[in-house]
Amino acid sequence: MSLINNLIEQLINGLRTGSIYALIALGYTMVYGIAKMINFAHGDIIMVGAYALYVFTSLLGLPVPVCIILTIIACAVLGVLVERIAYKPLRNAPSLAVLITAIGVSYFLQNVALLIFKATPIPFGSVIKVPSIKIGGVHISGITIVTFAVTVIAMVILTWFINKTKAGSAMRAVSEDKGAASLMGINVNKTISMTFAIGSALAAVAGILFICQYESLSPTLGALPGIKAFVAAVLGGIGSIPGAMLGGIVLGIIESLSKAYISTQLADAIVFGVLVIVLLVKPSGLLGKMKAEKV
Amino acid sequence: MKKMTKFMSVALAATLAAASLTACGGSGKTETKAADETKAAGEATADGEVFTIAGIGPMTGDAASYGISVKQGAEVAINEINAAGGVQVGDTTYTLNLIFEDDEATEDKAIQAYNAVMDQGADAILGCVTSGACIAITDLTAEDGILQITPSGSALDCTKNDNAFRVCFTDPAQGVSMADMAVETLGYKKIAVLYDNSSDYSMGIKEAFEEEVAAKGGEIVASEAFAGSDVDFNTQLTSIKGTDAEVIFVPAYYQQVTYITKQAKEMGMELPFLGSDGWDGVLGTVTDASTVENAIFLSPFFAADPSDNVTAFVAAYEEAYKATPDQFAADAYDTIYAMKAAMEKAGSVESADLIAAMTEITVDGLTGEGITWTADGEPNKGCKFIQIKDGAYTLYE
Repeated sequence: MSLINNLIEQLINGLRTGSIYALIALGYTMVYGIAKMINFAHGDIIMVGAYALYVFTSLLGLPVPVCIILTIIACAVLGVLVERIAYKPLRNAPSLAVLITAIGVSYFLQNVALLIFKATPIPFGSVIKVPSIKIGGVHISGITIVTFAVTVIAMVILTWFINKTKAGSAMRAVSEDKGAASLMGINVNKTISMTFAIGSALAAVAGILFICQYESLSPTLGALPGIKAFVAAVLGGIGSIPGAMLGGIVLGIIESLSKAYISTQLADAIVFGVLVIVLLVKPSGLLGKMKAEKV
Repeated sequence: MKKMTKFMSVALAATLAAASLTACGGSGKTETKAADETKAAGEATADGEVFTIAGIGPMTGDAASYGISVKQGAEVAINEINAAGGVQVGDTTYTLNLIFEDDEATEDKAIQAYNAVMDQGADAILGCVTSGACIAITDLTAEDGILQITPSGSALDCTKNDNAFRVCFTDPAQGVSMADMAVETLGYKKIAVLYDNSSDYSMGIKEAFEEEVAAKGGEIVASEAFAGSDVDFNTQLTSIKGTDAEVIFVPAYYQQVTYITKQAKEMGMELPFLGSDGWDGVLGTVTDASTVENAIFLSPFFAADPSDNVTAFVAAYEEAYKATPDQFAADAYDTIYAMKAAMEKAGSVESADLIAAMTEITVDGLTGEGITWTADGEPNKGCKFIQIKDGAYTLYE
């Protein structure tokens, strides 16, 4: 009984970290799918979101719902600004240049946070107070439920938005062919800005959930989850929204189970090993679509 | 840049010299003011016999708080000694002078810092503050035959040479003390360990702890590892939850402890925690003090200790630096008193005599009553256990 309980609790642990990865991966995959670039600064937008929430609640003392909305707006604006300043001038440059610029933006954001908030981690009490529940002998913490629910909702809304709305069709059109899209009267720049705004808003939500789980802020907090989420996005098939969700959760569960039953040291090696195997068998990821490359 | 550093260190030395002469403990002066006083201080120190203690430790970088504490703790001791008339060695009275060089807690900077202080005529070395830097200079100090006492270098190799001593516990000694506490005093038989396998400190304590627990008849029912940068410990805690452990021992630094205790509480774990001296400071980082309630950890120093010497030290330190001293400051304070005792015992300030005297002295310090040293450089002293009660550190008795 305790062995089964233990296994279930480990699966829930996996689901909890996996949901965070999935939420971040949604942003990655969306920006990649539309703008065809890997935004390595995505993880640091999470960090900015976490600090923004801290500033709004602890320093300015605003009510929690207002803080959450302000945090999401702040990150969305930051995402658009980053795109305008750093990526837009490189729209026609080789993708390597954009990639390196993204890494530069990532370091820039980290170091600005380091300058303002210093390296010492800041304790931050969770703003989401949901009691934990107990089913049978299995204990599920409130934040796990909230994280998972938010991720599922975000995925559903995002899928609906991209497939059913006019703005979503514009995004899909831009992702297919920028030139043709602009000939059809779609404002490509505005569409890409909107993509970044939505991606960064998702990062803000991930940032809020992240610090409510771990209750500590540091300038590098987004780096590792950012990389893991990138792996999740690739595993699920980068560009695919359900794929990001699946990839994140699979990654979280593999990580948790290998830590629990194989070895803590080897956990990351196993996670990346699985990624290698999946990509060898199915290069476009679990749910990715194979696309014929135009030559 | 280099010139600037040199200027700063001269200014710093001048402040210290000025402070030790006037002995008013007024080291809170600004750098500019210190620079103005350089001349006056230089002239005055030239008069009497001066014994120069050279501190080496991080003033900048990640471990800066440790180095700054050590420097400030040493300053309190030196001001006190000089105010009381200095150190009587035979017929001569010596005034103590502290110079301090930044090593950024790195090996190569430590060697540069050591060469710099030797050029300035150091008579004894206080340092290094961190283990890695300390190991880097031990062979150099042994070659020069100078007395070296590290306040806080806990790795075994810090004192491998005959001229080197330490004031803090070694990592294995801490593990043994905690194991005795857990099994003998608290009566736990089934113990889980959660340790950082990327840190020498955590590994050193964990290995000695597990050995000692087994030797005392206890049982390690789970031994779970994590990596230093981890923030999620749910998996390891869930594994521990699945065992019949009665207590969890976490030899780690306070930031990790903050995550661990919070996540344990969240998953409904009610096991008590035991910790190492890295736990000191945990109440400053937890968002909810009830997560660490009743935890017991080992510490060489306890700022709220009611004994006279500790209250006097804390008062002097708080007045000078507007901060509560930590164990690093206390270790440095005891290091200075050990050097003073060695000078008096040896009746000489020759390095070889001082080193020989180290094994004969007894120091009643902040970090232990009647501390003595073995020829291996290790201190013999008791340790204090601190329990967190009602969200405050209390002495466990």
